[in-house]
Amino acid sequence: MIETQNVTADALPESCAALVRDRQARLVVMTGTDERERGRGYGLYYVFALPLGELVSIEAHVDPARPEFPAVTRVLPAAHWYEREVKDMLGVEPRGHPDPRRLVLHDDWPHGLHPLRKDFDGRLTVERDPHPHEPLTGVRGDGVMEVPVGPIHAGIIEPGHFRFGGVGELVFQLEARLFYTHRGIEKAAEGASVERGLFLSERICGACSLSNAVAYSQAIEDLAESHPGLRARIIRSVLLELERLYNHVGDVANLCSGAALQLGVYQGGILKERLQELNAAVAGHRYLFGVACPGGVRRDLDAAAREHIRRESVAIESEFRGYVDALLETESFMERLVGTGVLDHDLADELGAVGVAARASGVARDVRASQPYAALRPGMVSPVVRTEGDVRARMLVRVDEAFVSFGLVRELLRELAEVGPAELAAPIGPLRANRWALGMVESPRGENVHWLMTGATGEITRYRIRSASYNWALVPFAVAGNLLPDFPLINKSFELCYACLDR
Amino acid sequence: MLSLLRRRLRLATATSRWPVVPAPLIDRAQPVFDAARCDLNGACARVCPVGAIGVDTRFALDRARCISCSRCIEVCPTGALALGLVFAAPERTRSELIAPPTGVVARGEELAAHVHRVLGRSLNVRHLDAGSCNGCDWEINATTNAVHDIQRFGIDFVASPRHADVLLVTGTVTRNLEIAARRTYDAMSAPRLVVAVGACAVSGSPYPTGYASGEGAASILPVDVFIPGCPPRPEAIIEGLLLAVGRIVRAR
Repeated sequence: MIETQNVTADALPESCAALVRDRQARLVVMTGTDERERGRGYGLYYVFALPLGELVSIEAHVDPARPEFPAVTRVLPAAHWYEREVKDMLGVEPRGHPDPRRLVLHDDWPHGLHPLRKDFDGRLTVERDPHPHEPLTGVRGDGVMEVPVGPIHAGIIEPGHFRFGGVGELVFQLEARLFYTHRGIEKAAEGASVERGLFLSERICGACSLSNAVAYSQAIEDLAESHPGLRARIIRSVLLELERLYNHVGDVANLCSGAALQLGVYQGGILKERLQELNAAVAGHRYLFGVACPGGVRRDLDAAAREHIRRESVAIESEFRGYVDALLETESFMERLVGTGVLDHDLADELGAVGVAARASGVARDVRASQPYAALRPGMVSPVVRTEGDVRARMLVRVDEAFVSFGLVRELLRELAEVGPAELAAPIGPLRANRWALGMVESPRGENVHWLMTGATGEITRYRIRSASYNWALVPFAVAGNLLPDFPLINKSFELCYACLDR
Repeated sequence: MLSLLRRRLRLATATSRWPVVPAPLIDRAQPVFDAARCDLNGACARVCPVGAIGVDTRFALDRARCISCSRCIEVCPTGALALGLVFAAPERTRSELIAPPTGVVARGEELAAHVHRVLGRSLNVRHLDAGSCNGCDWEINATTNAVHDIQRFGIDFVASPRHADVLLVTGTVTRNLEIAARRTYDAMSAPRLVVAVGACAVSGSPYPTGYASGEGAASILPVDVFIPGCPPRPEAIIEGLLLAVGRIVRAR
């Protein structure tokens, strides 16, 4: 059960601040809802995690005649992007927000239209506003140069616009303008069937597909009071670790391209490819689409598949060890990583960093440890933590976590062999009406939180997806003070998805 | 660096032998259809999350929209649909993608016979993400790894549309990328080709068209080749690029 505090909108900042101050809570997700049809105005839900993992929700409702509330960001900086999203998507104004610019909606979106309001028809296209406003602040001064990059980048990567301001090669400020791949997935989920929601959740992001599908399934299972069996839960955990492995191994390889170490890119790329072909062989899909479903899983891992995973995981682990050792001995590469792109511990903590980026800056956050899910039990995974906060630390966290995952996969396979044949998916009945639930999964990039609300007949009325790529808010802080040519390296060390963030 | 080189010397050749040897069999390929067992009951069309199946007078699968979720196979009461094992082939027109799936076709030999022409010239490709989930983009990336090694076909990726012969488009063309996508195409010099990669770019599926998401590359650009799949395998992407420049002759 989630502890709930209902407060007035005016009391939100003090209630949230008190929870953080008195009970060491941290914000895991914040979402806004349009509940005008239920006569409750706009809903604001701030969900916190306490140090031992329990969740606390602080909720307020806003009068639609006066759609505003005092910004919690003023006392809790981690809320900054969430509250900007609420302003864009629902038209509820966070009063006194230090940065009230648009976040999701771009310059040419007309004023006064808010996609997540229930009276907005998401199927319609909207004319472009001919009077766009400029959302970037920029840097001005003698000798200051601005370098605009993107949204279309030079490599095979996702789109986003970066504006660097600095003198010579030294970057003073990075402004990132994202949400180019915003596809309206949260709007599309309104009124969608449970099954349609699953296929949307798998396609929020290709590289975190299974994590998102499992987080969605967890939220649905809570609302349907359905409990996946042990066999299904172990299969979920095995495949989630395989997802982490192909990402972590591939991310180490791609880091080499940020420093033009092509041999490293190719050798690591072979290992990533081998892990993805392992996914295809045992689960039928290189990105593990179509594997999870609410209630359990859609695929079994039979004895032959388990043996294939076991043998490949041993072989690839040994190859990966040799590869990492060779990288660590390549001083011209490693020296580029030391002290580059440092993310300060206090900043990471205060702004709500998650995943590899948080752990490399000494902030021990890992959903697998704090809220164990699927087949994981408390104590099975401990967060891998480093304190330097630089590119090297983020690389080494990934390396160490990959080795943990190789071992964890084999441990889970042994458990799976002990479990007899069983129904792979528990039935999903009607969802409880007028409730909300959430699912949490540690994706390869960090904490993914899927917040789901139902209406009077148990239909999905709101699907809020907070992926680990919310870490994008932190990247500019790690870039300031570095050299412009180090940006690709810093960016690849965070390795965030645009698609996960933009939705 | 020396240790990386030493390691390289110990590694065997990683590059796949495709297309001489067929791509690995995968069971999340698009479904195969057996007309003799179909009674047009429509169960498949009702569960398809992307509206890719029609059963009015005969079964028709829109391979452009299909995301290989295999729900149709799970619900088919007559066993007319089965898991496909071979990736869906790229085509030159959108309409060629709407057909009863033809089953297992060995294309490896056919492709290999024409690969020798590849060496005659090079093809420069510019990737454009027009609003995808990044699955297709990672698969395009995988074509450049040592295993798929797209460069062995004379194909390479370039940083600027000014240098490109082909625009390789992923994603639905979102509202926020439409202008950038048009500008990228406009920056290319003629002759230029457009290849759409994946269900989103090919048809707009699986996201609903609306305030944010568009209807795919063909809604704003002249597309020369459509590569279906969610996402297409690296081999399918390479095959689509070879098809775009006439390096593959299809036996029909």
